[in-house]
Amino acid sequence: MPHDGKNQSGVQEQGGGGCAALSVCQGKAERTGSERAHNQFLSGNEAAAEGVRLCRPQVIAAYPITPQTTLVERLSEFVAERAFPCKYLLVESEHSAMAAVMGAAMMGSRVFTATSSQGLLYMCEMLSYVSGSRYPIVLVNANRATATPWNIFGDQRDSVAMRDSGWIQFYVESGQESLDTIIQAYRVAEHPEVSTPVMVNIDGFTLTHTYDLVNIPGQEAVDAFLPPLKTANRLSLENPRSLSINIGPDYHLESRYQEQKAFQAAEKVIAQTDEDFARKFGRKYYGMAERYRCEDAECVLAVMGSVAGTVRTVVDRLRTEGKRVGMIKVRCLRPFPRALFAAQEAPCKALGVLDRNISFGYEGALYTEARAAMYRPGASIRTLNFIAGLGGRDISRSDIALMFEKLARLAGGSFEEELQYIGLRWS
Amino acid sequence: MKPRLNKDYRLPASEEEMTFGTACATGLLTAVNSGWRTFRPVIDSMKCVHCLICWVCCPDGAIDREGRELSVDYDYCKGCGICAHECPRQAISMVKEGK
Repeated sequence: MPHDGKNQSGVQEQGGGGCAALSVCQGKAERTGSERAHNQFLSGNEAAAEGVRLCRPQVIAAYPITPQTTLVERLSEFVAERAFPCKYLLVESEHSAMAAVMGAAMMGSRVFTATSSQGLLYMCEMLSYVSGSRYPIVLVNANRATATPWNIFGDQRDSVAMRDSGWIQFYVESGQESLDTIIQAYRVAEHPEVSTPVMVNIDGFTLTHTYDLVNIPGQEAVDAFLPPLKTANRLSLENPRSLSINIGPDYHLESRYQEQKAFQAAEKVIAQTDEDFARKFGRKYYGMAERYRCEDAECVLAVMGSVAGTVRTVVDRLRTEGKRVGMIKVRCLRPFPRALFAAQEAPCKALGVLDRNISFGYEGALYTEARAAMYRPGASIRTLNFIAGLGGRDISRSDIALMFEKLARLAGGSFEEELQYIGLRWS
Repeated sequence: MKPRLNKDYRLPASEEEMTFGTACATGLLTAVNSGWRTFRPVIDSMKCVHCLICWVCCPDGAIDREGRELSVDYDYCKGCGICAHECPRQAISMVKEGK
């Protein structure tokens, strides 16, 4: 397995932005450095596009797919308006989109792409190329059901299927969180100890096409938070390198061990980035997972994505009725917030996991993860898995109240079926 | 310059010596890659006119043109015989390995 005895860290020397796209765009760009923070009424996709614009990627390649389309349309408008210097490539497929941005990343550029559902699955092969090569690419996935049955509406079976692609995965609750998480994502991905791609998952339609008031940070503040990408893991004439080499049986394990260490480092970096972000922009998301009103909660529901917003309101209402309930909002599926689940203890008696996905032949993916993290001999917390919201089915407040009722019954010692389908038309 | 087998290369002995991601210095050849050859090409320098057709055609870049005469890098030649087939002066013959 080759090494050259220098530049081992992969992150040093100046990156120099040796990007072909930059030279294409030089002289045309109109700087928006003086732009101030302001509020706008935006869809989740538009908010995400604002987040991407503020991060100034130098190359964007994308193929439109519902419900991601309005995101990349907005970005193409930004590039046409020269809101920031960027080369926008319209490619013929999602596989090509990821291949194109990987090529640009090999030149040391900051890059972006977005997709959804079948597009993400088509991109699958390239995902592991990017993660193994350690390029800090940021991808937005608009969560959508996977075919067949054909369905353009939201669930999380697409990104959950890509769990082991070697990408960090974020799930967000709101349009504002999409924008903010994209900015955080670049900083996490580009951190020298992480240098790993990040997938930001935004629930299709529930977030992508739903409008809300969104605060757009000023460009100068984002520039200060996210300096230009510097990496030695790139092609350059001064330091010629072979990229994406093969590593055979003799050093393959060691190579994967490095990737795992990067994810371990990411745990701290995600937390630190969130704290820095909160200091600078006044919004906090609690790193890999948030505990909402869990301190004295007997029944806790763990969720991922936009449904956290609904669960929050239900928890607040039940609290006014004196019920001791709380929520765990899982923001990262990878790295997984294992410690948070492992620390779950009395007074918690019942923990439910709401999955907008199902792994056929077993259960919801988040449920498996949460239970594994919580396992210890003699553990007394009982658990339930709720499958809901598949293919765009709404998850209502009454659905969530029902889940808490079931958890309360379980906490009280009653029997409850472990795997439950919420809203199943016959049962 | 044509990359050659780096005989001084030693495998990473520690984590710090591991390469970052899947990248390394360009042209770093660490292992011989030619063990299955049945015939090897031998260039007759008396017949060779240095037209470089073999150098162009070799799929593995195993023809060496840096010296006065063309030679074959047997560390990487797979013995496919394309050079011998393409040589307009029949200056390259395929010789059974072991002879």
